[in-house]
Amino acid sequence: MRFQLIGLNHKSAPLEVRERLAIPESRLPDTCRDLTAFPGIEEGMVISTCNRVEVVTHTTNGHADLRGFLHDHFHLKAEDLDPHLYEFRDKDAVRHLFRVAASLDSMVVGEAQILGQVKEAYATARAVGAVRGQLDQLFSRAFAVAKRVRTETAVGSSSVSIASVAVELAKKIFGTLQGKNVFIIGAGKMSELAARHLMAHGCASIFVANRTYERAIGLAQKFDGQAIKFEDLYSTCDKADIVITSTGAPHAIFRREHGEQFLARRKNRPMFFIDIAVPRDVAPEMAKLDGIFAYDIDDLQQAVTSHVADRRKEAERAEAIIASEVEKFEARISTLDVVPTIVSLQDHLETIRQAEIDRVRGRMGQLSPEQEIAIEALTRGIINKVMHTPITTLKSAAKESEATTVVDVVRRLFNLQVKAKESSEEAAVKKDEVGTRR
Amino acid sequence: MSLLWLRFALGCYFIGLVYAFVALSRTSDLFSRIAFHAASMGMVFHFVSLTELFLSGHIVWASVHNGESLLAFLSMAFFMVIYAIYQTTSPGVVVFPVVFFLTFVAAVDQQPVLLTQFVSHKGWLIAHIVLIFTGYAALVLSFGASLIYLVQERRLKSKKPTSLISFLPALEVIDQIGYRSLLLGFPFMTLGLLTGSVVAMTTYGRVDFLDPKILLSVLMWAVYMVMVFTRWNSGWRGRRAAFLATFTVVAALAAWAANYFSGMHRFGAS
Repeated sequence: MRFQLIGLNHKSAPLEVRERLAIPESRLPDTCRDLTAFPGIEEGMVISTCNRVEVVTHTTNGHADLRGFLHDHFHLKAEDLDPHLYEFRDKDAVRHLFRVAASLDSMVVGEAQILGQVKEAYATARAVGAVRGQLDQLFSRAFAVAKRVRTETAVGSSSVSIASVAVELAKKIFGTLQGKNVFIIGAGKMSELAARHLMAHGCASIFVANRTYERAIGLAQKFDGQAIKFEDLYSTCDKADIVITSTGAPHAIFRREHGEQFLARRKNRPMFFIDIAVPRDVAPEMAKLDGIFAYDIDDLQQAVTSHVADRRKEAERAEAIIASEVEKFEARISTLDVVPTIVSLQDHLETIRQAEIDRVRGRMGQLSPEQEIAIEALTRGIINKVMHTPITTLKSAAKESEATTVVDVVRRLFNLQVKAKESSEEAAVKKDEVGTRR
Repeated sequence: MSLLWLRFALGCYFIGLVYAFVALSRTSDLFSRIAFHAASMGMVFHFVSLTELFLSGHIVWASVHNGESLLAFLSMAFFMVIYAIYQTTSPGVVVFPVVFFLTFVAAVDQQPVLLTQFVSHKGWLIAHIVLIFTGYAALVLSFGASLIYLVQERRLKSKKPTSLISFLPALEVIDQIGYRSLLLGFPFMTLGLLTGSVVAMTTYGRVDFLDPKILLSVLMWAVYMVMVFTRWNSGWRGRRAAFLATFTVVAALAAWAANYFSGMHRFGAS
């Protein structure tokens, strides 16, 4: 197990730093490719959401220079970035990833979006071949653990997600949401969810604008809303009371002068901007205007802090699940490490057995079917008996620290050649066979 | 006897006053319920006091004593109407102290009365007083709403987690309370001033616009009108509306103070 994870999140880094590291969806495949091309990295993938950027890798020796990768890739100086980074290895990396997927490390503990985001990041990395054996195992397990946490604890129930916090805030501004209009800018998953919440609370109609007009139409149809061309954004935005914006624009798309225009056209009726984009879409200068209430992703975090406290208990149960799952995973992965050796040992002995049977046939001539069966049973029995102790020893050694030494000794004793990069997927299949062959 | 009832009412309003100060720093559902019931009880005593005064036949409409008592009662009545519609006691933060102050002054005896012995048309005078005071009560409420609006706006802008659990009503609800009070108060204020002019015309045969009382009243009315207009025309709210409301209230207070030195509309010894 040579997992290494480096990253920063909403707790370790302010929005300003996260903004500089955020990777747009379109550039994610390239980043994954760059990552796997980096020295010492066998497999790697990147999770980039509004609240976190994390690089998860499986390395050749467990000591890849991931900080160096981040400095090179984002052209950032070590002193700017390093104070905000956390780094985990092996078991700690597994635990961290399980916690992220199970939404225990989220800004809003228990919110469901993060699992979807991790799944998407995984799919992207897998598509470009950056994730193969070990990470594949790790992520499949992480998704299963997340599901277990969700079903066995109440962490995810009555979810205080960003969406529901947004609804509460909107109610603090508008009282009732009946008859209010919602404008979605940037057709992302999170804004769609927020919009769904708002509509469920009585919002009247919805407008959708997106750089790709077709996506805007697609989303608008879901809500029976109206798609707006991106160039008409500023002329129509004032019709909305609540604006959910999540574009990937590198700079703020709403500046102070836009806010002033909107308010003038709205006769100063207040507007609520839910800015879930990183970098932010609403300029801080505009948020200062009377009548403009803009909450960015960090503000929403503050607003939900109190709710998070209520969930601490459930989160503790979830942590216990995670701890036991980490142990299980570690044991499984370690067993996988010895599986190739067991398989080649079996193959080696099988080859010897076949060769010896052929030699006997050559000496004794044609054998009767009964004799064939007897020889087959005899040789197989001997081999299985001889193999039993080494295999058991290998399997139990796998769970301890001397696994590598034992594996090494066995390989030398029998002169075994194990393919260096045999995929764990194949190994897993063979592991099952090991069990059935005996 | 009427004074005794009024002092009972004052005791009840005192609880409201304490609530107003406490509510500025913390939220308590229980206390807001206690304050509301105390205020309701105070209103009952207040009503008894006013009725008794009226039935005794000794009522001097134009006395400061009775006038302030009436204004306090009307302000409370407005507060109750708002409570019935919006189920919120938060305007009490402003209304309770004002009502307490007015009742307190009214409950202290020996007030000077207005020089109204020459007034021939008592009906116009009563109409003038009731209309103007209703206008004032609405103004107090609108002023209160605009201050609460500022507080709530600041809370929401500060983005602290408490902004979600704040006891204040939603921003738009506060805005509605303020705007409706404003709209309701304006015709009363206007008619109050007109009936006042009628009283002045019938008593003195003229309206002296240079008289400080009348000058300040007209100024107050003008700012009131500007408030209604800016709100209707460009939706002024928040800081700008609070600024105008404060100005109007200051003008109203100045107009009240002018009773002490106006030639046409002043206090004298009873």
